[in-house]
Amino acid sequence: MLTLRVNGVERTYGGDPAMPLLWYLRDELGLTGTKFGCGMALCGACTVHLDAGAIRSCVTPMAAAAGKSVTTIEGLSADGNHPVQRAWREHNVPQCGYCQSGQIMQAAALVAKTSKASDSEIDAAMAGNICRCGTYARIRAAVRAAAGKGA
Amino acid sequence: MRATITNVSRREFLHEVTAGGGFALAVTLPGATRVAEALMTGTAAASPTDPFNPNVYLQIDADGTVTIVAHRSEMGQGVRTGLPMALADELEADWSKVRIEQAIGDEARFKTGTYVDEPGTQNTDGSRSLRHFLRPLREAGATARAMLEAAAAQRWSVSVTEVEARFHQVLHRPSGRTVAYGDLVAIARDLPVPPKEQVRLKQSSAFRYIGKEIPIVDLFDMTTGRAKYGIDQVQPGMKYAVVARPPVYGGRVTSVDSSAAEAVAGVERVVRLEGTPPPSGFLPLGGVAVVARNTWAAMQGRSKLKITWDDGPNGAYDSTAYRAQLEAAAMRPGKVVRNEGDVDTALAGAARRVTADYYVPHLAHATMEPPAALAVVADGRCEVWAPTQNPQGTRDTVAKVLGIPSDRVRVNVSLLGGGFGRKSKPDFIAEAALLSREVGAPVKVLWTRDDDMHHGYYHTVAAQHLEAGLDARGRTVAWLHRSVFPSIPSTFAPGVTHASDGELSLGCVDLPYDIPNIRCENPEAESHVRIGWYRSVANIQHAFAVNSFASELAHAAGRDPKDYLLELIGPPRHIDLTRGGVKYMNYGDPIDLYPVDTGRLRKVVELVAERAGWGRKLVAGRGLGIGVHRSFVTYVATVVEVQVGKAGEISVPRVDVAVDCGFVVNPDRVRSQMEGACIMGLSNSLYGQVTFRDGRAQQSNFNDYPVVRINAAPRETRIHIVPSADPPGGVGEPGVPPLGPALCNAIFAATGKRIRNLPIGGQLGA
Ligand code: FES
Ligand code: FES
Repeated sequence: MLTLRVNGVERTYGGDPAMPLLWYLRDELGLTGTKFGCGMALCGACTVHLDAGAIRSCVTPMAAAAGKSVTTIEGLSADGNHPVQRAWREHNVPQCGYCQSGQIMQAAALVAKTSKASDSEIDAAMAGNICRCGTYARIRAAVRAAAGKGA
Repeated sequence: MRATITNVSRREFLHEVTAGGGFALAVTLPGATRVAEALMTGTAAASPTDPFNPNVYLQIDADGTVTIVAHRSEMGQGVRTGLPMALADELEADWSKVRIEQAIGDEARFKTGTYVDEPGTQNTDGSRSLRHFLRPLREAGATARAMLEAAAAQRWSVSVTEVEARFHQVLHRPSGRTVAYGDLVAIARDLPVPPKEQVRLKQSSAFRYIGKEIPIVDLFDMTTGRAKYGIDQVQPGMKYAVVARPPVYGGRVTSVDSSAAEAVAGVERVVRLEGTPPPSGFLPLGGVAVVARNTWAAMQGRSKLKITWDDGPNGAYDSTAYRAQLEAAAMRPGKVVRNEGDVDTALAGAARRVTADYYVPHLAHATMEPPAALAVVADGRCEVWAPTQNPQGTRDTVAKVLGIPSDRVRVNVSLLGGGFGRKSKPDFIAEAALLSREVGAPVKVLWTRDDDMHHGYYHTVAAQHLEAGLDARGRTVAWLHRSVFPSIPSTFAPGVTHASDGELSLGCVDLPYDIPNIRCENPEAESHVRIGWYRSVANIQHAFAVNSFASELAHAAGRDPKDYLLELIGPPRHIDLTRGGVKYMNYGDPIDLYPVDTGRLRKVVELVAERAGWGRKLVAGRGLGIGVHRSFVTYVATVVEVQVGKAGEISVPRVDVAVDCGFVVNPDRVRSQMEGACIMGLSNSLYGQVTFRDGRAQQSNFNDYPVVRINAAPRETRIHIVPSADPPGGVGEPGVPPLGPALCNAIFAATGKRIRNLPIGGQLGA
C-alpha cells in the first residue's frame, strides 16, 4: 500500500507498484486529460508534474510516486485559467488537441522557472513533446507570452 | 449539390433533437461523392437521392439556444467550428448562444439505404467538409432566418418586408420593436419552409463570423484536459484490451500458450480473434486479445503470450528487394494513362534529354492518439464510442463482423486525436465490438504505438521515372512520367496491380504544364501490406517528383527555378485533360465548377515568390526552393529556406506558403492547417519511412520513426492566403504536397546536391 497526492487529494494505492502512473491516473482515477502516445518517454503526451517537475507518467512506476504530489492537467488550475492555459487560448494553439495537455504541463513547468524564455530555451524544454498536428510555431508564441506574464 | 431543407419541428422520431418543442430544420445533401470511395473503386458515381436523409440539424429553443448538430468528424481541422460558424452567420445568430453537438453515425437520422449504394456522407476525408457542405449550411441558416422573420411578421401582423433579423432578434423597422428568436420558436415550428428562390444568402459585407478568426469551439476543453477522445471513453463495468496481431499482413495464429498471460494479476480473459485474409479491407486482422481490468494488466498479459504464427503469403516482403522491383518496373513501359502529342518522337528530336528517378517509401500516420475504441454489445445491439472519420463505414463494418443489421449499431463519434486518413478505417472499432460480444461486457481496445506502426494502412511506396526533352532554347517539349506503386484498391479487392484513376488523378495525370508532348504511364505493382490513404495521398510522391524534376529542368536549361516553373505552367487557362484521354476524378467535383486553372496556379507561385523574397541574397549554406501543387481543388505554393551545416545537418529558418483555397470561412484555421501541413511535409521528407523485412514492419515507435519536434520546426512560417470568391477548396491536405520538393529544391540551391530518394535522412552526411 502506498500513498500519494493527486491534484491535492490524498490517495492510497495497493496494486502493482510497477504500474506506470499514467494508467493509474487514467484507468483508476478517470483523469483522462493525461494522454498516452508512446509509452516510452518519447512523445510527452503523458506529462504531469511530480512535485514541481514535469515527468513522463508512462514510464514512472507507482512506486516512484509514493509520498509525492502529482498534478495533472485537471489540477493545474481551479478554473482552467493558469497563465499557460490562457496563453494557449490566446494563440489558438490546438488543432486536434490531443498532445496539448502534455504540452501545457511541460510549458507550465518551464514558465514556473523562467520569466523570460528565449526561443532556444523553449525549444530545448519542449523538444520532448511531439505534436503530430504541427502546432509548434504557436506553442513557441504561447510559451513566450506566458513566460512574459510571470506565471 | 442542392440541399433539401425540411421543417422537422414536429417529427416524432427526432425527439432527442427536438425535445422541448424547439424549432428544428433538417438539411439533406444528396449526391455527396466520396473521395475515398473513388480511390477504392476508381469511380465517383454520385449517389442516388434519398427521400429523407438529413445530414445536419439546426434547432432553436424557446430560451434562444441554437443547437447545430455537426455531422463531420473533428480531428484538428476545425470543422466543428467552421461549418456551424457559417450557418450561424446566415442565421444572424449570437455565436455565444450556439451549441455544437456531434452527430452520431446513425441510420435513421443521417441516411437510409446501404453503404454501397449511398456512400457515407459523414465520412470526413478528402478535404471536402467545407467544399461540399458550406453552401447547404449557409442555405439552412438563411432559411431559418427567413422563417423567423416570417414568424415575427405574423406575430405583429405586419408585412414581412418590414422586418429584419438582427443578432438573435427580429426587428420591426418602422416601429423599432424587437422580438427575441426564442420567442418566435412557437410560431416558426409550424411555418412552411420557404422555396429556395425566396431565401437570400448574405452579401459578404454583412458577414459577422465568416472570414473572421473565431476560436475553435473545443478550445477551452482542449486546454483543460476535458476534451474527450476515443481513448478516453468509459462505460460502467468496462474492460481493457490489447491485441497481439499477426506480425505479417495475412498471417494467422497457429498456436498460442496463454497460461503465463492468464496468470498476470488483473488479466481476465485471453480471446482468439479470427482474422480476414488479404485483401482485408476494413475488417480486423485477427490475433489474440488480452482482456483485463486495466490497460497495464492487459499489456503485461500480452507480453507473456507465447504465439506461433503462420506468416502466410506476405512473409517474404522485403523493402530493399521490393524497391529494386519497383524501380525496374519504372524503367519499363506501363499502362498509358495520359497521352498528348508524340513523346517518343519529341524526345528523339530534343536538343537535350534529362532523366531522373525518384523514390518515396511507405509512411505511417502515427496519429498522436493511436487507434482506440469502446464497444458494448448486448441484446443483439451494439453501441460504439470511437474516434472515427467514418461513422457510417464503422457502423456497417461492425454490423458485418457481428452479423447483425446495421440499424442495430450506433456509433458515437468522439474527438479524434489526429486522423490523417487512418481513422477512416474502422478495423480497430470492429475489434472492440467482437471482444465485447465475447466477454459480455463493455470493452475498450487500445492500440499501443507499436501496434499502430506494425499494423497500419500505410502510405504506399512509389518509384517514378521521368524523362524530358528540351529544345535548343531550353524549353521543355516532351514529358514522360512513369509512376508505379501498390494501390489503395488492393486493400479492398484481390488481383489489383494498377493504380486507380483516382490515385493517378492525384498529381500525375493532371500535370498542369504547357508542354506539347506528354505521356503518363502506370506500370504494375503488387502489394504486400494494407495500403491506405494518408494525408494528401498519392499527391505526396507525385508532387515530389514533378516539382523536383521541374527544378532539375530549370537547372539543365540554366534558368531560375521559379521563372522556369512559371514557363512550364504557361499562360492562364483551364486545362483540358480529355485531350490526353485522361479519366480525371478532380477530387469528386465537377470540372466546370473546379477547373484545373493555371491562372490560379501562377498566382500562388508569384505571390509566394514575392512574399518569400525570392532571389534575395543568402549567407553560405542557405538556399531557397519552390514547389507548387493543386490538390483537393486548392492551389498551394511553398518556398522553403533551408540551412545546411558543415556536417550536413539541416534546419529550416523559414517557410512561406501561398494558398488559394477559394472562399475562406475561418482564416485562422486555414493558416493552422497550412502550418501543420508544413510540419507533416517536413516529417515525411526528413525522416518518414516504414520498411519491411520478412513481412514485418521494422519501425515501432517515435525512436525509429521520428517526426519533427519543436527544435526542428521552421523558425518562421508565414502563410499568405489569396483572397478569393471562388467556390471553397480543400484545406486539410493541400499544404502537404509542395513542402517536400520545395525543401529538396532548397537543399539543391544550398549545396548542389539533388535529393531524389526520400527520406532525406543522412544523405547530406549528418
Ligand atoms: S506516452 Fe509518455 S512520453 Fe509518450
Ligand atoms: S494538436 Fe494534434 S497532436 Fe498536437
